[in-house]
Amino acid sequence: MALAKRIIPCLDVTDGRVVKGVNFLELRDAGDPVEIAKRYDDQGADELTFLDITASSDNRGLLLEIIEQVASQVFIPLTVGGGVREVDDVRRLLNAGADKVSINTSAVLNPQLVADAASRFGSQCIVVAIDAKQVGDHWEVFTHGGRKATGIDAVEWARKMVALGAGELLVTSMDRDGTKIGFNLPLNRAISDAVDVPIIASGGVGNLLHLVEGVQEGGADAVLAASIFHYGEFTVRQAKEYMRDHGIEVRL
Amino acid sequence: MIDIAVVDYGMGNLRSVSKALEHVAPERSVLVTSDPHQIAAAERVVFPGQGAMPDCMRELESRGLRQAVIDAAASKPFLGICIGLQLLFEHSEEGDAAGLGILPGKVVRFTASDMHDATGAKLKVPHMGWNEVYQTQAHPLWNKIDDGARFYYVHSYFVVPDQPAIEAGYTEYPKRFTCAVAKDNIFAVQFHPEKSHRDGLQLLSNFVQWAP
Repeated sequence: MALAKRIIPCLDVTDGRVVKGVNFLELRDAGDPVEIAKRYDDQGADELTFLDITASSDNRGLLLEIIEQVASQVFIPLTVGGGVREVDDVRRLLNAGADKVSINTSAVLNPQLVADAASRFGSQCIVVAIDAKQVGDHWEVFTHGGRKATGIDAVEWARKMVALGAGELLVTSMDRDGTKIGFNLPLNRAISDAVDVPIIASGGVGNLLHLVEGVQEGGADAVLAASIFHYGEFTVRQAKEYMRDHGIEVRL
Repeated sequence: MIDIAVVDYGMGNLRSVSKALEHVAPERSVLVTSDPHQIAAAERVVFPGQGAMPDCMRELESRGLRQAVIDAAASKPFLGICIGLQLLFEHSEEGDAAGLGILPGKVVRFTASDMHDATGAKLKVPHMGWNEVYQTQAHPLWNKIDDGARFYYVHSYFVVPDQPAIEAGYTEYPKRFTCAVAKDNIFAVQFHPEKSHRDGLQLLSNFVQWAP
């Protein structure tokens, strides 16, 4: 008996719809966010993550409406990210019903945002999302949906974000995202070993064994996946039963 | 008449708590409030909260809510959640802060040297996620909830009551700690029922119907 490892379905949302791409490109429609959220809740998802991948700020209000609808029907933790630029954006998302807010590009442009948001709302609701790509013998942080290199070492960055107040890290391998070949396990292990806060592994899940590897080899406290759930390949419950059968503590 | 007052002292997002209460008790009125008179007038009170304990105490004081919370905890069905559990005790290691002192005992941090499982793997702090709750006394708030059911936690400190008899539940991370206390009209939990799916909603529903 112990703390359960978490399975977190991720909903990439744009213009009010859930979509999924490969390497952040080639978006494919996956359905209505509220319906999908309820389905995953019924299947036993431990949390849900919504990432607003709308390129422009035109439709930001739509996401708040979606979060409000989901939050009044789904009573598990909700993390929301995408386009969070200032403390006021964090406040708006929390007021709409988010329990945690994920900060990505803006943490790089303005690390003080992480400190300010954590001191105002508490570390427990501040997730820093790190998009990393292998460059030579280390991993580098990328921003703007993986398009822009920063020159920052991902493991060093993880330590810095936790020192500033991040309560959890969402680690996405840009090389793996949407590829279905599995998490970047060395990246996850390096970051998990470097910090004390929980790590969510993301990017590359194509089958249920990948989830097991993320926990057992990658040292992840939670695993995030999108496409294996969106298109009905597996239910969240199937994923949990598989993990349990491989000796991982899950909530069933 | 307000049925349920959710005490708002500016610490954390109370929307989840009020939404969950409205969901389990659609016929009751739920008010998120920082008005001591509304708290005094309510039939029952929920005392949630997130953030650091010294900040929470300061905000309670500055809003004039300290006495309102103490009075509510002495007189009507009262549910503390997360920091709302910790604040009931006398003292916290977090910022060396005094609590409300309604229940004897203290609040301590997970000990760094303990934070590994039986296989030696590192355990993270905060304790974040779904863990089991073992019931150590029969209580109306555990009605229809299995012993060992999982609830959602996020915290780095936990309570150590002076009186073991007030413990209503415990969990392990990796050591055993008290995650629920019960005394007269007070019930308080370290986990977040409002985020704990069916069992969490059941606990809130039990609270709404509770007649201590």
